[in-house]
Amino acid sequence: MPLLQIEGLTHYFGGLRAVHRFHTRIEPGEIRGLIGPNGAGKTTIFNLTTGVYRPSEGRIVFEGRDITGKRPHEISRLGIARTFQNLRLWVNLTALDNIKIAFYAQIRYGLAGAFFGLRGRRHEEERIEAEARRLMRLLDIEQYADVVVSALPYGIQRKVEIARALATRPKLLLLDEPTAGMSPAEMMDTMEVIRKLHDELNLTIWLIEHRMKFVMSLCQHIQVLDFGEIIAEGPPDAIRNHPRVIKAYLGEMVEA
Amino acid sequence: MKGRWARFRRWFQGIPVASWLLGGLAAATVERLVGLVVAYTLGLSGIPSFFGLSLILANPAQIPAVLVYLLVMYALPVYLVARATAAWTARLVTRMSTRTYVFVHVVLLFLVVYFWGELDSYRLLVLRLLAISIILTTSLNLVNGWMGEFSVAVAGFMSVGAYVSSIVMVWGFVDDDVFGPAVFPPTLASLAFPFALGLGGMAAAITALAVAIPSFRTRGDYLAIITLAYVFIVKSAVENMEFIGGPRGFMNQPNVAGFPVVFIWTALALWVIYNYTSSTLGKATSAVRDNESAAEAMTVDTRKVKVVAFLTHAFWSGVAGGLYAHVIGYINPSSFGIVKSAEVLAMLYLGGLSSITGSVLGAVLFQMLSEILRPLQLAKWLVIPVVLIVVMIFRPRGLLGFREMRFPFLQPRPTEEVGYAPASD
Ligand SMILES: Nc1ncnc2c1ncn2[C@@H]1O[C@H](COP(=O)(O)OP(=O)(O)OP(=O)(O)O)[C@@H](O)[C@H]1O
Ligand SMILES: [Mg+2]
Repeated sequence: MPLLQIEGLTHYFGGLRAVHRFHTRIEPGEIRGLIGPNGAGKTTIFNLTTGVYRPSEGRIVFEGRDITGKRPHEISRLGIARTFQNLRLWVNLTALDNIKIAFYAQIRYGLAGAFFGLRGRRHEEERIEAEARRLMRLLDIEQYADVVVSALPYGIQRKVEIARALATRPKLLLLDEPTAGMSPAEMMDTMEVIRKLHDELNLTIWLIEHRMKFVMSLCQHIQVLDFGEIIAEGPPDAIRNHPRVIKAYLGEMVEA
Repeated sequence: MKGRWARFRRWFQGIPVASWLLGGLAAATVERLVGLVVAYTLGLSGIPSFFGLSLILANPAQIPAVLVYLLVMYALPVYLVARATAAWTARLVTRMSTRTYVFVHVVLLFLVVYFWGELDSYRLLVLRLLAISIILTTSLNLVNGWMGEFSVAVAGFMSVGAYVSSIVMVWGFVDDDVFGPAVFPPTLASLAFPFALGLGGMAAAITALAVAIPSFRTRGDYLAIITLAYVFIVKSAVENMEFIGGPRGFMNQPNVAGFPVVFIWTALALWVIYNYTSSTLGKATSAVRDNESAAEAMTVDTRKVKVVAFLTHAFWSGVAGGLYAHVIGYINPSSFGIVKSAEVLAMLYLGGLSSITGSVLGAVLFQMLSEILRPLQLAKWLVIPVVLIVVMIFRPRGLLGFREMRFPFLQPRPTEEVGYAPASD
């Protein structure tokens, strides 16, 4: 059974057709790439998958369950986590709190525990904190735990966002341009991180990326989107030389 | 500037909070014994109710006398006793568990304030109103601070709580023209009061639900407008209810809201709100404020989070309203107009968003400011906005926005002279 299966996904913003008959089938353990020029509809597909928008047409099935039209917090509870193209951290909170809050759905003490500090609460808070710190260690950002995230360097903020997504215990992690705005060195580092998550946590990863080198070396299978439609898909080598892809990118890719 | 501050701070270094409170107790005792004599000797007309704040503005010639009074009556006894007991309390305090520590300090604080306040019925009244303001400000902070929305409904919630608890208490425990003779023996009034307050709070929370459902379904600035409407609707609804006096108001509330009762409710409110905002579950409220779509994507049920914060605010404002009704012994619909909301908002933004100590500080400062400006009557509403504007210019997040007040230099330390790291700002 595929982990995620999407069929006939179409989405309109008013008169604008942002996504047209998109389909995919992501198997557990895969690192899947989604590329395409600016405005192709990549982020929209992630937004549809995570429930931000309800698709105009089509079906999204996760682990055999139809999740089309569910609200984002329900979908994230089922095991789809994401990061955002433009960071969306909780800027007034510390890095540690950013990660701890993502444990929200796993908190067992409930409202009564939160208001009255009942017995189980301290224990539960300690457990959450320990797990959050473990994730921070995994991404090598533990020393920033108590810093308010808006004061952190950009690359670290990106990692905090990944750690936050991991805290929801995802089976599928969506990364929307994880290296946007990064230096080549930071990009290499991010690549290592993604490999590590994939290998150590056994995560299935679906990522959007502009940098060809990055996608080509990480993904086994890539889909190329232009004007909301799939124009090519296949393994990196097939994509690299695909005439429609080259045309869509107007040579952008050649140098990469 | 920094050096002088450090020197000033050294005076206080290492004296635990408990010692200051003991000092306060000593000062209150001294005042009780010789306050009147000292006041007369200095040419004051009596013991100054609130540190002579209103005396100063009414007659600046009294400033020296007031200052001498403050020095002799408060500053000296407090400091001397605090210094003298520092070593002793430091030893005790470091051995306490957090729970005992908090309990001891709350009890000490209660004793100091009560002992000091009891000397003068006006003091006790203002102290109770202050405590009520603290509940209101802290609970509003949940919505306007931690949750980052803008609600002005607080006066409306107060009104609902005040009327509901008053009706319950008058019907149950007072011989009244409208509600007939007391249903229960009036001696039980104090026991029933917590339930009446709880009912008032719940009634406020239920009406809040009617506001919350349409407001939180969609994003946007609807909440400010809807809550504004809410305040006016509650006011005119009450005005049209003849059985509770309509515009003439409602009185005869039994005298059950003494200082200890109000203090306990305030402590309870702060404790509950502190618990919530310091739990991971409650911190999700700030996540909703900082980025709602990210909160949703991270499993947070944002609609529920918002409703919980808003209803909690409504509940505690209702309780505060009930306390207010029984402290004053009379309410009318215009006690709970938009001006009341504006007052609480001023306290909130003065003290700072997302901070419990900030809310307490804001309420205290505002109440003191009102006290100083009391002789000016309406002009108060010219001065207070100016103060707020000045605060907003120099500290846009309020005095304590997004942080809690801490006094690391007041903590007892086990070893002498550990290098002191200045509090980060
Ligand atoms: N909320 C929205 N309302 C209206 N139009 C939108 C909305 N979101 C995206 N669009 C439009 O949909 C199209 C696809 O946008 P999308 O953000 O999915 O592109 P993308 O492939 O992620 O591009 P980029 O590489 O720049 O991130 C664009 O034309 C965009 O302007
Ligand atoms: Mg995009």
